[in-house]
Amino acid sequence: MSRLTRILLALVAASLPLHPGYAQEISGADMKSLDGQVQEIKSDVLSIASELSDLEERLLYPSNTQMAVFVSIPEKEAFRLDAVKLEIDGQLATHHIYSFKELEALQKGGVQRIYTGNVPTGDHQLDVTVIGKLKNGDDFSESGSFSFAKGVEPKTLGITLAGPGLGKKGILVGDW
Amino acid sequence: MKRAPFRTIGLLLFTSLVTSPGHGDELKDLYFGEALYYAHQGYFFEALERLDTEVRQHENIDEPELDSLFFHIDDAEFSLGDFELRYRMHHRAGRAITAVLEGAVDDVVRNDAAYRLAKIHFQKGQLSDAIDALDRIEGRVPDGIRDDIEFLRANVYLAEERPVDASAVLKRLQGSKDFGAFASYNLGIAHLQDGERDKALAQLDRAGQIVTDDATELAIRDKSNIVLGTILLEDGDFERAIPYLNRVRLDGPFSNQALLSAGWASMSIENYERAVVPWSILAEREVTDGAAQEAMLALPYAYGKLDIHGRAAVYYGKALDSFGAEVDKLDRSIESIRDGKFLEALVREEIRKDKDWVIRLRSLPEAPETYYLMQLLATHDFQSGLQNYLDLSDLRRKLLTWHGNFDSFEDMIGIRRDHYEPLLPEIDTRFRKLDSRLRLRIEQHKMLVKRRDDLLTRPRPEFLATRDEQAVLARIESLEKQIQAADTRDRDRLMQRVERLKGVLSFTLDTEYHDRLTAFDQNLRELDAVMAVSQKQYEQYVRSRQAATHSYEGYDDSLRRLRAEVGDSIRTVDMLMARQGRLLEILAIDELTARRSRLENYRDKARFALADSYDRATQAQARSEQP
Repeated sequence: MSRLTRILLALVAASLPLHPGYAQEISGADMKSLDGQVQEIKSDVLSIASELSDLEERLLYPSNTQMAVFVSIPEKEAFRLDAVKLEIDGQLATHHIYSFKELEALQKGGVQRIYTGNVPTGDHQLDVTVIGKLKNGDDFSESGSFSFAKGVEPKTLGITLAGPGLGKKGILVGDW
Repeated sequence: MKRAPFRTIGLLLFTSLVTSPGHGDELKDLYFGEALYYAHQGYFFEALERLDTEVRQHENIDEPELDSLFFHIDDAEFSLGDFELRYRMHHRAGRAITAVLEGAVDDVVRNDAAYRLAKIHFQKGQLSDAIDALDRIEGRVPDGIRDDIEFLRANVYLAEERPVDASAVLKRLQGSKDFGAFASYNLGIAHLQDGERDKALAQLDRAGQIVTDDATELAIRDKSNIVLGTILLEDGDFERAIPYLNRVRLDGPFSNQALLSAGWASMSIENYERAVVPWSILAEREVTDGAAQEAMLALPYAYGKLDIHGRAAVYYGKALDSFGAEVDKLDRSIESIRDGKFLEALVREEIRKDKDWVIRLRSLPEAPETYYLMQLLATHDFQSGLQNYLDLSDLRRKLLTWHGNFDSFEDMIGIRRDHYEPLLPEIDTRFRKLDSRLRLRIEQHKMLVKRRDDLLTRPRPEFLATRDEQAVLARIESLEKQIQAADTRDRDRLMQRVERLKGVLSFTLDTEYHDRLTAFDQNLRELDAVMAVSQKQYEQYVRSRQAATHSYEGYDDSLRRLRAEVGDSIRTVDMLMARQGRLLEILAIDELTARRSRLENYRDKARFALADSYDRATQAQARSEQP
């Protein structure tokens, strides 16, 4: 092998990813053990989160007044959802503006819990307003009013946004 | 030994292709859908928290078939493993997926799980376990991962140094839409591993000519060409190497390396003019790049060979200044890392939202020069450590928020207690009175209902007598007794009169019986409705009363325990962050130190070469001035 080739190989090798000399200080076992401990704490914190959610729910939304509203989009709906506004008995419950990631998550089959709150037992009215953009770029805004009865058990309503252009029919509300 | 780098390169082309749970059958469980909503956004902690709770609740109910998750339980358990895998909880993910594998599930689900399990083993370097998991795949395979499975299998074979088996799989994948380019390149690597040099060159040549406009495939094409060129350079086949190196795009990720090698290839065949071309381009590029730095030294070297010592001296001078400035920059960067600025910058949210966040780090004040860390940042060890550090940082943020919430919860509970406790004793006293009255009425109502039901089967007209009629009847019965007890001659006559009176009353009661029973039933039904309202109000009151107590009682122990657990977790996270951060700092400092040491070496060479070039330029000038 010529001297030049040796220089060349040394230089080529030098420009490949470096393997720094941390091997003496950081062993693979250290990394593995640390990784195992990180996984362990993740598991612990997840279990705390789960207990905390349960506690929060009991404390903030007792079952006899609890009400939750979920939003979903059927498969293959290509419109762009910009915002959803909910009013319960004429009072603003929530107004959610969607990020691109959130919209994508809905389009892939995710279901969003848009509202959790408290309502007394009895009959109520839910007003839903949806705004967004059609495939051709035109804006749309549609609304619908729906009645529901709240019993002593937690109430769960699902809103399915079946697509613009259908008026109230495009917003389906049902019990889950 | 010489081939080791290529084996590594081959494995680097293993792509991350964890599939995502998407639309399946109609969704029946909202909470599963909610978990998917978070997972699709990359919030795997939230997704796991919800789905884990939902699956646990499902497992604890007596009649799971009545639960909405029943329809999705296989998917849910599978997703649990998937989310754990994505949240880098390999220990738990492995267990969850193994559980699915061992359960009685559909082929498609089981095979998907086997693939993911194999992937976990592969990532952890457990190659024989990965093969075992892949061997469990049989029957129907999900279409979306058919090629993924085979590509993984080929990569495991390559990692196990079984190039013949890898080649057989990779050949089948040549036409794959998603993996064709990867497989083409890796097949070349497999031939290299098998010592089939000619086959390897031919295959890499093919991989280096694929027609595509996909950015990843273009990068693989470049990589094939650069590997091919480098093999030929190693073999001293310089002239042949050049066209392959020239195929590498000038704006691709391997451009600098290609320009550098192309220059050396030309130098090796003593074509100095041609070597100057790629090195001139490279020497003007980003100064922190290793290849560009080397070109800054190589370019004047080539000018020296061309006897243009004046220009060589100028370029050596430029390189010297540049290396000096870079060494200073590296010193500052090392110092900045030691001061903890690197870790501070890593966890800044606004930086991480940018897809080029690693590069943007360098724009932060006092942050280290991250261009020097690009190669390090791309390594698996650093990436794992960095992800762990970022995950710990997110956990810490969550834990601190929860810790702050405990005070609010306790305040809320205190306010509720202060509100209810003075009110409840009086309310309870009033309720007890009402309760006993209501119970009495309930008993009376029950008795009336029973009477009505008895009357329907056994008519008793006297039971439906009015108050007056009852009084008259009582009077008649009393008279009857008196007459029977009296010793009088008129007894028979009087008894006849009494019987007549009784007959009149009985006639009324008998003839009006059905009307009266109907009225009684109607009244009772009205009473039923009133009683139902009372009962509802009663139950509502009981629930409200319970809710009042439950709104402030029974939380103290849970809150105290959770507060302690959160506090412990914060301490653990702090300790782990410190250890993980320290490891990252050491890796980064080692990397920068290595780069610094190389730059110092270059600087020394440049310094000597500069002096040498001046001497030669002076000598040449002297020679030219000699008569």
